[in-house]
Amino acid sequence: MPEKLKFSIDGREGLADQGMTIYEAARVIGVYIPVLCHYEGLKPVGSCRICSILVNGRWLASCTQPLSEGMVIENNTPQVIEYRRAIIEMLLAEGNHFCPACEKSGNCELQALAYRYGIMVPRFPYQFPQRQIEAYPGFLLDHNRCVQCQRCVRAIQTEDGQKIFAMKNRSKDVRVNVDRKLAAKLSPDQIQKAMDICPVGAILKKEVGFLRPIGQRKYDRQPIGSEIEGKK
Amino acid sequence: MDSIKKIISRYKKDRTRLLDILKEAQAAEGKISDQAIEAVAAALQISRAEVEGVISFYHFFSDRPTGKYVIYLNNSVTSGMAGREKVARALEKEANCRFGQTSPDGLITLFETSCIGMNDQEPAAIINGVIFTSLNEEKVKKIAGQMRKNIDVQEMIEEYGDGANRHDLVRAMVKNHIRKEGPVIFGDYQTGLGLNQALKLAPEGVINEIKKANLMGRGGAGFPTGLKWELCRKEKSSEHYVVCNADEGEPGTFKDRVLLTERPEMVFEGMVIAGYAVGAKLGILYLRHEYTYLKRYLKYILENMRQNGFLGKKIAGQNFDFEIEIKSGAGAYVCGEESALIESAEGKRGDPRDRPPFPVQNGYLGSPTTVNNVETLATATQIFTHGSAWFRAMGTSVSAGTKLLSVSGDCDRPGIYEVEWGLTLKELLSLVGAEETLAVQVGGASGQCLSEAGFGRKLCYSDLATGGSVIIFNKTRDIFSIVRNFLDFFIEESCGWCTPCRAGNVLIKNKFEKIASGLGTASDLAEIEAWGKLIKATSRCGLGQTSPNPVLTTLTNFREIYEKKINKEADFRSEFDLARSVEQACQVTGRKFEEEREDA
Repeated sequence: MPEKLKFSIDGREGLADQGMTIYEAARVIGVYIPVLCHYEGLKPVGSCRICSILVNGRWLASCTQPLSEGMVIENNTPQVIEYRRAIIEMLLAEGNHFCPACEKSGNCELQALAYRYGIMVPRFPYQFPQRQIEAYPGFLLDHNRCVQCQRCVRAIQTEDGQKIFAMKNRSKDVRVNVDRKLAAKLSPDQIQKAMDICPVGAILKKEVGFLRPIGQRKYDRQPIGSEIEGKK
Repeated sequence: MDSIKKIISRYKKDRTRLLDILKEAQAAEGKISDQAIEAVAAALQISRAEVEGVISFYHFFSDRPTGKYVIYLNNSVTSGMAGREKVARALEKEANCRFGQTSPDGLITLFETSCIGMNDQEPAAIINGVIFTSLNEEKVKKIAGQMRKNIDVQEMIEEYGDGANRHDLVRAMVKNHIRKEGPVIFGDYQTGLGLNQALKLAPEGVINEIKKANLMGRGGAGFPTGLKWELCRKEKSSEHYVVCNADEGEPGTFKDRVLLTERPEMVFEGMVIAGYAVGAKLGILYLRHEYTYLKRYLKYILENMRQNGFLGKKIAGQNFDFEIEIKSGAGAYVCGEESALIESAEGKRGDPRDRPPFPVQNGYLGSPTTVNNVETLATATQIFTHGSAWFRAMGTSVSAGTKLLSVSGDCDRPGIYEVEWGLTLKELLSLVGAEETLAVQVGGASGQCLSEAGFGRKLCYSDLATGGSVIIFNKTRDIFSIVRNFLDFFIEESCGWCTPCRAGNVLIKNKFEKIASGLGTASDLAEIEAWGKLIKATSRCGLGQTSPNPVLTTLTNFREIYEKKINKEADFRSEFDLARSVEQACQVTGRKFEEEREDA
């Protein structure tokens, strides 16, 4: 088997290392495949499905699917964009996302994706679910904004691998569940990491807010994905 | 608390035994208490949050106190057809509480539950682990009376079912309802014959024989069994595992219940053969929680097989050791998906895994694992008992052998039919005594709803592939209530991991209700179809990829029913329903909406 794998995305050809996922391979050639649940350095879990792409008529999640030799990938085709947009809209309709009042506005990946895909209003009726806001020493957890991406579950654990954040319930009631005892021991740095890793405004560090004014935030200047597309 | 500690130490603080530990804790205390959660978390060195995550995933765990008698009434579509509503109301009246609650005197708790594998004898319920079938109002009254006298549930059973249901270790009122005995599962069988034949071959030879027989998975997906074993065997690892998937949760299927009751040796023998083929030393029977009533009997059968040298060390005098242990689920349909099943067998939430890697590469505890259906393994045994040529001669050229069908619904003879592949639906309908048939649901909720136009289709892998669930609806039935039941089922059973399945199924259901209530427009039909396709395409596992089928297949096969329901002229937002919008106000003021309208 060759060391590098040949593939193409929307007609652009490239080479990438064996063992890479489709998402990683696309990055190598400066092609952005949007992700929400995936975060570099964490084991991908394929939960949001926004990175769905088409290979040979088959839908695959590019964050979890290993690249294989000769793959012909559809990423920015009308059908893929249409489904991707629908999934983003599903998330917007499923939770309670009121951007103007959110500390994460401008740094929020869900909001940034909605902008990038030109979503004015979701096609799905808003569900307006009743969800809680929970307070912990040092941080707040706002379930209204949570998208069940499991980034916090994967990234913030104790030294011996115990889960401080874990998923609870199932189906439409699935929630992030915080271990109170373990959460009380989180350092300010860990809390900052949890907040930064959260793609939306569900985890918020207490006693600080709006340190960077709206207008000067991560996605205020350029759309999400530009950092990858600029790399070519 | 002492008892919790004892339970934990009995399971040697084994993380993979978390479900068993929680189950026993619940049995001891009537709920899984805060202290129990704390103790379990500390002993297994996992966080409380994680233990809570596991408890909340499974239907049969409760962290709230329950009554002395806990009743789980099946809410499958067939149960509804057999008079479930009346039974439910009678239960509520007797218990003096609603479903999801415990009676004021703390005696009875009522829960609903998804299909429990008794579709041929509905309405059925599980009370403290004991199965009650063919319930009616009278029986409910009687049972409730006995509960008030503190009679043990097992003693409430008046008549046992047939076959091994009567066995001392089962004592169940469940009936087998074997209506047609075919040549494979119900053909000539003597324990050990097949195994002896298999052990004469090299493992590769065993795999080859299964390939020659063209055996394909009987659970529904139809993956070639020989190839699965081969892939598993080829993976280099110090351990390999065989898992028997006895988590049949597809609404309407109950064949594995009957197989495990009447042919358990054949199933276990198949596991031993599979173990020999893939190079495993341990097999796990993953038994769905609903079938716990069979567990003691199955353990007894395993012990018998051990005594006779078909299990344990040096099987059949050869240099091959194999053990089988039984692990139980705790109520989650998604655990029928093989990777979710493995997660659950490891004592975790039953979330499916990303594939690849597949279980044959990275399965139980990270080792190569072949997960096979109960019927597949039993069939494998018979292939060695009688030979692959014998097997291949039955069925069609693509689909060899026979298939167990679980038939329920509107017919004279619901039950188990072992038929050769290639039978048409029409032939099946006459075999089971179905008349005036409106629709046949093939393959359970995740399968297809067929109208008369499809009754000529053949049951086989190249046409109507199925795990064997066949539910028949006659012309008095309402398609919309069938679809509604299945959509609710998927919303209840989704693990919630991925967006399309978690959020999408709720959106589909709401849209469906809009159409069913007569407020839909032509664009709603187009949208529900488009959303269904999206969920199928982008969901992470088989559950999500099939969950819109109830809507999509009825939209195709019963389109006229939908067309009749919609408002063809509407070009406005039609979902606004004045009556519903003022419902609360009407309740407060005590007025009736319709009356007001007439007065005005």
